[in-house]
Amino acid sequence: MRKVYLDHAATTPILPEVLEAILPYFKDAYGNPQSLHGWGDDAREAIEDARGRVADLIGAQPEEIIFTSSGTESNNLAIKGLAMAQQSKGKHIVISAIEHFSVLHSARTLEKWGFELTLVPVDRCGLVDREDVAKNIREDTILVSVMHANGEVGTIQPIREIARLAKEAGAIFHTDAVATTGTIPVNVKELTVDALSLAGNQLYGPKGIGALWVKKGVRIIPFLDGGVQEGGRRAGTENVPAIVGLGKAAELAKEEMESRMEHLSALRNRLIGGLLSRNEHVTLTGHPTQRLPGNASFCIEFIEGEATLMLLSSKGVAASSGSACTSRALKASHVLTAMGIPPEIAQGSLLFSLGLENTEEDVDYVLEAMPPIVDKLRQMSPLYAKFLKGERGGR
Amino acid sequence: MPVYSDKVMEHFMNPRNVGEIENPDGIGEVGNPVCGDMMTFYIKVDDNQLSDVKFKTFGCGAAIAVSSIVSEMAMGKTLEKARKITPALVAQELEGLPKNKYHCSNLGAQALNKAIDDYLKKPGKKVKSKKRRKDEKE
Ligand code: FES
Repeated sequence: MRKVYLDHAATTPILPEVLEAILPYFKDAYGNPQSLHGWGDDAREAIEDARGRVADLIGAQPEEIIFTSSGTESNNLAIKGLAMAQQSKGKHIVISAIEHFSVLHSARTLEKWGFELTLVPVDRCGLVDREDVAKNIREDTILVSVMHANGEVGTIQPIREIARLAKEAGAIFHTDAVATTGTIPVNVKELTVDALSLAGNQLYGPKGIGALWVKKGVRIIPFLDGGVQEGGRRAGTENVPAIVGLGKAAELAKEEMESRMEHLSALRNRLIGGLLSRNEHVTLTGHPTQRLPGNASFCIEFIEGEATLMLLSSKGVAASSGSACTSRALKASHVLTAMGIPPEIAQGSLLFSLGLENTEEDVDYVLEAMPPIVDKLRQMSPLYAKFLKGERGGR
Repeated sequence: MPVYSDKVMEHFMNPRNVGEIENPDGIGEVGNPVCGDMMTFYIKVDDNQLSDVKFKTFGCGAAIAVSSIVSEMAMGKTLEKARKITPALVAQELEGLPKNKYHCSNLGAQALNKAIDDYLKKPGKKVKSKKRRKDEKE
């Protein structure tokens, strides 16, 4: 059976070149970068080299990069660390309603610590409205954080404009660029942000590695105390192999950016076009044009996401869903909810996230597989039966 | 995706008794689409026995497997015996369910019970029980 991995939003595979770059640092080059001998020197050179490559990918200075264990840690450090460092100026934070849980829950924790939080809404396409941000920024707003793009629905935000509003008000601006770094051009100077999070496993690097970029001169309070690693901003012996892997992945992403984007958006358009034309009562979620090149996300009416994933999986296809039944908490994705998608429609959430190794044949295989799956589940669905009897209007 | 038993997977892939019964003797609809689960059971009753059971389900893989096994467990049973199908029995029959999917097994028994309630509420149900129905066997 054909196997088609379309869950790159969860994690990307590691590129062979990246794996090769990493391996020596698991074997012979095992030194601690802080040690003052040959082994230490080799490891230190390797991580500084990687730091340079990551900085290069996002148009930053190497010394502004803090390596972390994940995108989640980067976001935690950014939200809590930046807010804590600014609290003498005020205690108000603004974030969007569709942030990743690592931003959202960090902000909630700050609330418990006495900060005030405002969530700005998004529209039906998942776009943050600048007016809403402007309205909610106050005298005592110290931090604004809006994600560069949302991995679930693919919508890319006008970060530059939102950042300007924050800056004019004297607030720090952070963006979670985990979904975009290495996928579309990300340049901290063009985006005019103060801090930016990224993660290795979203750009064909290893898991367990992330980075936070903080602009020179912007204060941040570390929350891992210990040694002098990462300029004292993130203590703990460096994860040398993973850092090397992230560096290599960043280098490749920069080199291949154009061709990757072209490849992914061609596949995405084929998938979106094909799925919408071959299946009725399916809507595209997220922005029609301002969207990540590999993101094809939908709501399929009258059927539930987990059941859809299980049938897809029986055909060798891996995808994901934001339905309530797929979540451990049995709640629909907060992103879909914030976009105003009604709960019963969100139940049919289905996300295909494409990657470099996918081909047109993969897409065509999925397009063939979907109609019988949709049909089978709809035959079982009381909602569909009601719809057919005219008890509920279609859209 | 949760880890489901082979039995759950088998019933999910090949659910038994999917559909609606025309002119059913009882209908039981539980849950609502807002919380993600919706299950409808249709029953035919002959001589106090369930001569046909069908269902429609909007929900996760577990909910579909639960509906399927409940329909199988109930088929041919007397109303009294059918009422004894508990969520725990359903889960057992399915060789276990993941913890966060227990609530889906409640739905099955609830929907079946509601269909029986619906039947018992109807006046003149005794007359029906004498008739033979062509769609009684499965
Ligand atoms: S129907 Fe939603 S979790 Fe089972």
